[in-house]
Amino acid sequence: MIALTREHLDAIKAHAESDYPHECGGLLLGDLDLDGNKSVVETLPMENTAEVETRHDRVLIDPRALMLADRNAREKGLDIVGYYHSHPDDEAVPSQFDLDHAMPVWSYIIVSVRDQKAVDWNSWEMENDRSKFNKEIAVIT
Amino acid sequence: MAITILIPTPLRQFTGGKSEVAVEATNVSEALDALTEEFTPLRKHLYTEQNSLRNFINLYVGDEDIRYLDGAETKLSDGETLTIVPSIAGGNTAAEAKAADESPTLTTEEYQRYSRHLILPEVGLEGQRKLKNARVLTIGTGGLGSPLGLYLAAAGVGTLGIVDFDVVDQSNLQRQIIHGTKDVGRPKIESAKERLLDVNPNVNVEGFEMALTSENALELFKDFDVVVDGTDNFQTRYLVNDAAVLTGKPNVYGSIFRFEGQASVFWAEKGACYRCLYPEPPPPGLVPSCAEGGVLGVLSGIVGTIQANEVLKAILGAEGILLNRLLLFDAWTMKFRELKLRKNPNCELCGENATIKELVDYDAFCGLNALVEDELPYEEITATELNNWLNSQSDVQIIDVREQHEYDFARIPGATLIPLNQIVNRICEIPKGKTTVVQCKGGVRSAKAIGYLQDAGFTGRLVNLKGGITAWSNEVDPTLPKY
Repeated sequence: MIALTREHLDAIKAHAESDYPHECGGLLLGDLDLDGNKSVVETLPMENTAEVETRHDRVLIDPRALMLADRNAREKGLDIVGYYHSHPDDEAVPSQFDLDHAMPVWSYIIVSVRDQKAVDWNSWEMENDRSKFNKEIAVIT
Repeated sequence: MAITILIPTPLRQFTGGKSEVAVEATNVSEALDALTEEFTPLRKHLYTEQNSLRNFINLYVGDEDIRYLDGAETKLSDGETLTIVPSIAGGNTAAEAKAADESPTLTTEEYQRYSRHLILPEVGLEGQRKLKNARVLTIGTGGLGSPLGLYLAAAGVGTLGIVDFDVVDQSNLQRQIIHGTKDVGRPKIESAKERLLDVNPNVNVEGFEMALTSENALELFKDFDVVVDGTDNFQTRYLVNDAAVLTGKPNVYGSIFRFEGQASVFWAEKGACYRCLYPEPPPPGLVPSCAEGGVLGVLSGIVGTIQANEVLKAILGAEGILLNRLLLFDAWTMKFRELKLRKNPNCELCGENATIKELVDYDAFCGLNALVEDELPYEEITATELNNWLNSQSDVQIIDVREQHEYDFARIPGATLIPLNQIVNRICEIPKGKTTVVQCKGGVRSAKAIGYLQDAGFTGRLVNLKGGITAWSNEVDPTLPKY
């Protein structure tokens, strides 16, 4: 389960809409409790470093930027608890590529954008055996 | 050394919730071993089943990515921090379809067919899928194109484009092993395609029955990953090189003559191109073609398979390809030599201030148009016309400027042999009062001979036999052996 505020969600949708028709991505920073429940404290938009011609279908975050984001979060007493990205002109459902590159525990929020409008979103969590994603309950607080 | 490993949230469930783990290690590899020994289930998230680090796991020693240090062997000093950072990448299902296209899987039949490749770590499943995904264009299905095509097809290159406009000739069979005796008279594209599909029906063979020209080369090249030059003339060789540079493709080059072969990989993005080596072609006629000078058949097999080898390595991303190296091979002395090439910073095509931005007229560039456009500096007749002359006139003599061994096995009745290199010294043997028809195998050496005679002040009437003794055999006397 992941908890986030209306403002977090609006910020994610706004990022997805403004980067359309490219995919966008960003981090969910917050707390993780012992039961594996996450609560978002901050969203952090990241730059999509995939090659321009593939950005409609791909998002790639520079690992170094990620390492620095992780370090900054730790300094604030936060952790990366998940990651959001958009699917321009596609469902808010993870692809095989998403599964191949996923980590357990993290929340994967996917926003479907059509004609520059965020029309749907879901949060997903990967099974520990890497076999599939399950839809995760998201609570708007 | 006491090392602190920073654990990302997704992996803390395997470390009992710890965000930092302390281990003793002297390098990265030892640190990860210590970590996964203590927390065994962690291993499968960090390593693949083949025991290599998952490609989406990034490791930082301090601020530095270990990829830019010494990888897993990167040394750690006391008190240092090792940060595990999972990559973040996402993609929608449209990319999926494309990605599936990009790396095709192998069928059960293909696993068996390519098993000798699959057990080579340098190729393996990943490499074989790269080969299957690759598109290679071979220019010409002749001496070089034959072994090249056969081995690339056998190796499992997914798409082979072949360009040729020629028809299989009896004289091709001595070296062009993709074609058989039954194929004589067929378009080369057709017989090559049939043979390639017999070798490997999994290969998608795209045949282009046309001459490669300045008009079609760029369009054709852009759809392929690697271009292979199996041509036999300078115009096409420069055309292939220029089009490859302009479209950013590697050009795997090979050439053969008599007993000597050359091979290299011209790849402007990574090294020298053909123009860095030879900015300009030799004057027309200086370097004879294989049709005039001959070629040892097996030499084309050796050079063509060297090209095939380099094509596969370019696709597999292997190191040690023939970049910036010109390989010279002499089949008669059985010696290989190698010349170092350097990218020419002033190369007009691939240098920093390149001036060539598009394809040009390669016949003109190689000095061939002059002969076609201007009037020939000598008279010419066809074999049929010569035959009529011989039957009706008595003041016609034929001078054959080929070599003795060629004359020995085929000659036009009544022809006098004076090899090209002796023609000037033996000028007095040619009576001036008669019409002199000069003849060789195909008409090139005889044209040269006429020029020499004219320059030496010969005043009689000189006429070149167009197409040489080959034309005579075609038009007048089919019993005369063609060679």
